[in-house]
Amino acid sequence: MTKKTNTEDYLRMYRQMVRIRTFEDNANKLYLSAKMPGLTHMYSGEEAVAVGICEALKVTDKITSTHRGHGHCVAKGAAFREMFCELLGKEEGYCRGKGGSMHIADQSNGNLGANAIVGGSMGIATGAAFTARLLGKEDVTVCFFGDGATAQGLMYEVMNMAALWHLPVIYACENNGYSEYTRTEEIAAGSICARAEAFGIEAHQVDGQDVLAVNALTRTLVERARKGEGPFFLELMTYRYHGHHVGDINREYYRSKDEEKDWKDNRDPIIRFRSWLVEEGIAGEDEIEAMNEEIKADATAAVEYALAARYPDVSEVDMHVYTDVTHALARSPA
Amino acid sequence: MRQITLSQAVNEALAEEMRRDERVFIIGEDVAEAGTPFKVLSGLVEEFGTARVVDTPIAEPGFMGLAVGAAMTGTRPVVDLMFGDFIYLIMDQLCNQAAKTHYMSGGKLNVPLVLRTNLGATRRSAAQHSQSLHALVAHIPGLKVAMPSSAYEAKGLMKTAIRDDNPVVIFEDKLMYNDKAPVPEEEFLIPFGAANIKREGRDITLIGTSSMVQVCEAAADLLAQEGISAEVIDPRTIVPLDEATLLASARKTSRVIVVDEGHQSYGVTGEIASRINEQAFYHLDAPVLRMGAMDVPVPFSPALEDITVPTPEGVAAQARKLMAGEMIHAAE
Ligand SMILES: Cc1ncc(C[n+]2csc(CCOP(=O)(O)OP(=O)(O)O)c2C)c(N)n1
Ligand SMILES: [Mg+2]
Repeated sequence: MTKKTNTEDYLRMYRQMVRIRTFEDNANKLYLSAKMPGLTHMYSGEEAVAVGICEALKVTDKITSTHRGHGHCVAKGAAFREMFCELLGKEEGYCRGKGGSMHIADQSNGNLGANAIVGGSMGIATGAAFTARLLGKEDVTVCFFGDGATAQGLMYEVMNMAALWHLPVIYACENNGYSEYTRTEEIAAGSICARAEAFGIEAHQVDGQDVLAVNALTRTLVERARKGEGPFFLELMTYRYHGHHVGDINREYYRSKDEEKDWKDNRDPIIRFRSWLVEEGIAGEDEIEAMNEEIKADATAAVEYALAARYPDVSEVDMHVYTDVTHALARSPA
Repeated sequence: MRQITLSQAVNEALAEEMRRDERVFIIGEDVAEAGTPFKVLSGLVEEFGTARVVDTPIAEPGFMGLAVGAAMTGTRPVVDLMFGDFIYLIMDQLCNQAAKTHYMSGGKLNVPLVLRTNLGATRRSAAQHSQSLHALVAHIPGLKVAMPSSAYEAKGLMKTAIRDDNPVVIFEDKLMYNDKAPVPEEEFLIPFGAANIKREGRDITLIGTSSMVQVCEAAADLLAQEGISAEVIDPRTIVPLDEATLLASARKTSRVIVVDEGHQSYGVTGEIASRINEQAFYHLDAPVLRMGAMDVPVPFSPALEDITVPTPEGVAAQARKLMAGEMIHAAE
């Protein structure tokens, strides 16, 4: 892989990371100005994980996402407009306003859904890998989940089966050091990677703030999974910049400002990658600034669009309950 | 009388019972320093320490099962389940283990534990964080189920639950944590199976659970303006259910609407309605009506979510129809 031939890939990775950060900045603003219904969990700080991984996947490959899922959604190819519409509960949202922030997903790009049950998608991801094997497809599935989710029993049940049957699934644990208001050390005994290894699953710990490292490793593992060498396990060391959710403002009782500052100042995935791009002569500062501005403008336009967009008609409330019934509550005539 | 929030009421009940009985402990996710995401348990870890206010990993079936075993061997756990929706994760431990141990042991083993969790939609939290699932556990013999409708009930029922030797599930409405109500300073308990007649009336009985009691009261206000006198009853616990109070009211008013935030089909409203039908049929002037949450997963969009739950206007509208005798013809 030479730098020149990969210029496009690198710039796309940078762009996708900035798109995630920009999306989140806007989502946070919508929350603070009381324009967004409910709460949301920001992905800011973890961009290199979603982008490093999803840039190693094809459109047809699958992912499962979490309550902190905006980043996965963008990285797997979603558009701002439909995302902001979903965030605001509008008809044109990816889930027609039925899902909101915690269930946001662009299904057409292989995103099987964001889950509000911690660990709730581990079975789904493993099942998607099962399908690929059964139907002879080459799809690989990446299951995103947090460090906190490693406490769920489901994970060990499905890892066992995935390992027994060599399923093409990659379990991607985003270890951001916390689950809600609790440090990972307080809720995870022993080593997280060693748990996967106990099932005979090859596991890697990787710097989740280094998009190139994440991407290079994932590419190799995806190719091997396609050949039947899976499953694999990744522990991506990362950090969330905001509170657990947008409402988690006063958090010094569980996490210090110094710690937050250190991650932001010294390990930011976007700043790090940007300097690398410039140092290696892949992009100039001007070019990068122009890209940032263009993304910002895109987001602003999408937010405006979504704010003005229609809510779903109330008649949609009992649609999509069953596949074969248009309106679940329609009474048969007496 | 002083007014405190539902959240403070629960907090006080737990603190009092923990002072009174050192076998009582709290276990769940982020219950200690964080005092839960709703801040209901703030301050308890400072008084009782981390040995009795125990933070767990995100392992619901694990800590629920652990609590069952702890309860069987001489402690009195209060399990904190952050959202009622997570009850699906712990169903085996709750319904196959906790609920049946006393029976299967021929009365030799007890499981004195409390599961505190919540219900309630319209918080814009979508389908996996908005459900009201109390009917699921009320269906299982061996479990008692309490549904506090205000800070007062939240405190009195919690204290009774902790002293009960059976597994008890308490559902608090998560939208009511900051709602204040008069709660006495001095100690009190509210017995299970004793409904509360919130308001007396002559023409129609509105039975509501949890926050639906407030919906029924607001509906009664609307109806009063039209000269319709509604009686409002809060069963307080749905297992055990105070049938006598409900039946006496049904016989008196001859018209009943049951309002509950669980899905309407196969739910609490249907159960109460059929008990009234079975035992007060000849006193009724109209079919007993059920009003539950719409039978759809709870949608995120405010435009959709708000129409899935019973409202005062909706209850009043149904009450007017009952009064006008419309439902009798509708049943033909
Ligand atoms: C089964 C279940 N238990 C508890 C919760 C409440 N909850 C939501 S997010 C969260 C913390 C998750 O931590 P982690 O998996 O590390 O993900 P992060 O938020 O750090 O990305 C908890 C406890 C939930 N949604 N589902
Ligand atoms: Mg985490």
